[in-house]
Amino acid sequence: MLVNQFLLLGAVLFCVGVYGVLARRNGVLVLMSIELILNAVNINLLALGSLQGPQAAVVGQVFALFVITIAAAEVGVGLAIVLLIYRNRHSVDLDEVDLMKG
Amino acid sequence: MLENAWIIPAITFASFWLILFLGKRLPKHGAEIGIAAVGAAFVLSCVAVAQWIDRPATEMVTAATGAGEEHGGAGEEHGAEPEEHGGAGEEHGAKPEQEAGHALGQVRILAAEADGEHGEEAEHEVEPIRAAVERNVTWFSIGGIDVTVGTAVDGLTVVMLFTVTMISLLVHVFSTNYMHGDVRFTYFFAALSLFTTGMLLLVVSSSTLQALFGWELMAVCSFMLIGHWWEKKENSNAAMKAFLTTRTGDVGLLVGIVTLFFAAGQTFDIARINEAALSRGVPQTALVVGAAALLIGVIGKSAQFPLHTWLPDAMAGPTPVSALIHAATMVVAGVYLVARLYGVFWSAFDIGAGGANPVAIVGGITILIAAALAFVQRDIKKVLAYSTVSQLGYMVMALGVGAWTAGIFHLFTHAFFKGLLFLGAGSVSHAVHSFDMKADMGGLRKYMPTTFATFLIGSLALAGLPPLAGFWSKDEILLGAAENGYRFFEVLGLVGAFMTAAYMTRCVYLTFFGEYRGHGHPHESPPAITVPLAVLAVFSVGAGFLNAPGFELFGTLTENRVYLRAGVPHHPFEVFPAVVSTVVVLAALALGYLLFFQRRLPRGVTSRNPAARAGYGLLVNKYYLDHLYTGVIVGSVKGAIARGAYWINQKVIDGVVNGIGIASKRAGGWVYRHVDQEVVDGAVNGAGFGAEGFGGILRTIQTGRVQQYGALLFGATAVLALGLVIFV
Repeated sequence: MLVNQFLLLGAVLFCVGVYGVLARRNGVLVLMSIELILNAVNINLLALGSLQGPQAAVVGQVFALFVITIAAAEVGVGLAIVLLIYRNRHSVDLDEVDLMKG
Repeated sequence: MLENAWIIPAITFASFWLILFLGKRLPKHGAEIGIAAVGAAFVLSCVAVAQWIDRPATEMVTAATGAGEEHGGAGEEHGAEPEEHGGAGEEHGAKPEQEAGHALGQVRILAAEADGEHGEEAEHEVEPIRAAVERNVTWFSIGGIDVTVGTAVDGLTVVMLFTVTMISLLVHVFSTNYMHGDVRFTYFFAALSLFTTGMLLLVVSSSTLQALFGWELMAVCSFMLIGHWWEKKENSNAAMKAFLTTRTGDVGLLVGIVTLFFAAGQTFDIARINEAALSRGVPQTALVVGAAALLIGVIGKSAQFPLHTWLPDAMAGPTPVSALIHAATMVVAGVYLVARLYGVFWSAFDIGAGGANPVAIVGGITILIAAALAFVQRDIKKVLAYSTVSQLGYMVMALGVGAWTAGIFHLFTHAFFKGLLFLGAGSVSHAVHSFDMKADMGGLRKYMPTTFATFLIGSLALAGLPPLAGFWSKDEILLGAAENGYRFFEVLGLVGAFMTAAYMTRCVYLTFFGEYRGHGHPHESPPAITVPLAVLAVFSVGAGFLNAPGFELFGTLTENRVYLRAGVPHHPFEVFPAVVSTVVVLAALALGYLLFFQRRLPRGVTSRNPAARAGYGLLVNKYYLDHLYTGVIVGSVKGAIARGAYWINQKVIDGVVNGIGIASKRAGGWVYRHVDQEVVDGAVNGAGFGAEGFGGILRTIQTGRVQQYGALLFGATAVLALGLVIFV
């Protein structure tokens, strides 16, 4: 089995995600981009796991499951924050949220 | 009570939570809980004192004889002691999983070891002492080390318990009236309870780690209480200053605790640390580093030079808090720590040898610097604050010159008269709504007789006039300094005593004599304020007799094994030094009288006050001549003798007196302006500005945009990853 294709897919997804996180102004889209990053990692975990044989494959899958769980929690918190920002400012433009400016 | 000493801080801690949650709904807004709890703690402390007095003296302790090398040789006789103690400790160290480590509430009593083994050492006149009561439970185990918490109760502890709870109780009672109607009345009482808890916890703790808890608890509470009226910017600044300055010292404390933890064989147990230090089982370098670091903590907490600047500013807090901070808690915590870990200081700085050592030097400098500053203050509380700094200098110096008992005895007596003085100042300010002696006080003895009488007693006790409390303790310190070969420090102490008496004369004069300069009508304070004053006045008079010659109950009670193991010398009362210090104090009082009473008010005081006329011969003479000259002879016989005498009086005697006064005032002013304001404050401010400038540079990258931070993060990670790929 060729592993390159999966790693490539992971890398592409990761780059798309990073681009989204850094460049999009919409808070919701930034959260979605973070999901992309996490999924890129998941793909890598699964691919590299199954490359090492059946036992390592299970480890990789379990690991990925953990990541998915954490991601769900993270998105829950993140969306709540975005929702509150929207309620307070009627916008989810992240450039406007700079209260921590030094 | 000795074995269950933890109950005492536990009571006040419970009171803190009760007041916090229930206080506002109660009729007295929480004050009743605070008073009841501290009252209970006071009663229990009295029980502890009584039990300690009843405790049979069973423990034999021999001195660890100065030189470390000899220890091996003489070790057979001494062996029994450290063995016995170390054995008890090893139960925790070596086999934590067995009974000792996990037996919660196990009571460990350092029992008697009074065999004939000490026979050969009989010339040391070994007398049995009361054994300390220790009780430890395992708090947590980490890496094979059991960290224990517990109580260690000995004479020093019960004395402190008594003092702290008593002062705290009186301060609570005082506050019910003084703080009446305050916007955060309930909160104030909660904080008072927690503050007392901190000190009690420190006092009963058996390990340095636990002591640190009490220590820091007090720091937090002092921050809350000094900044109690935080709406005014200067008050919150003062709270911040107090917190940060003591924190600077606490860095030293932490370093010291950790150093000693490793130096003494991985233990926080105070008794074991002392034992290790005294038996010279610790590398001298580690010991010196640990002691020096601890000393820095003490300098911060006990407001010693050069970290004393926070204490006068701390006067921004309510007056009862000042009384509590200065008399029984907070600032004496540093002194207590030195007394508690005395073995460490004793061995590290070779206190017994009689050379100058850091502890004594710090204390000695502090005495003079602070006393000089007290002359130039207008604020009555600041005079008292500098006086406290100066008196703490005495305690630290006493410990530094090997006068252990004298040091803690001074702590004990000072608690009473300084608490009295602060509460008296509170009573005065309650009447005139100000602390400014020059603008708003004067002549108050007519309006506030009780406050005046008690304040006068407190002042004389502070000045060290026999037979009041301050005399006995101060005299013991001076005696100890002289006998242990610290002549220079004895002279320092005498000069300090002189200045103390003089500035307290000024303070009393400005507040209670002369004409009333304020507005409104001052009135005597209600019983909630005057009763604590009266109680403290009684103790200010009587506390000194506890260690008077021939009685020496205090010295016997506080004897502990560290004191004896170190071989701290004990000196019986001697008449000559006592006479010298009395003469010095009297001279200072007379000088202060001439300076302050007379210059401002050439006729009033003596013509109204017969006692003063009788007491001060020189002054009376002068006045007699003055009246004679101006009233009777003026215009008729302008006698040459009278004129000559008058001239001498006016030019020579007044010149000398005023010259000394002006010189000392200028010296005080100079020290205040240059050393205090420029050097010390300059260093502190410089550190602040440096941090601010650096922060200003750093803030430019703090744009507040999350995505920019993310970009930096990803960029940095990418660079690192690249590095990893290329170089590894």
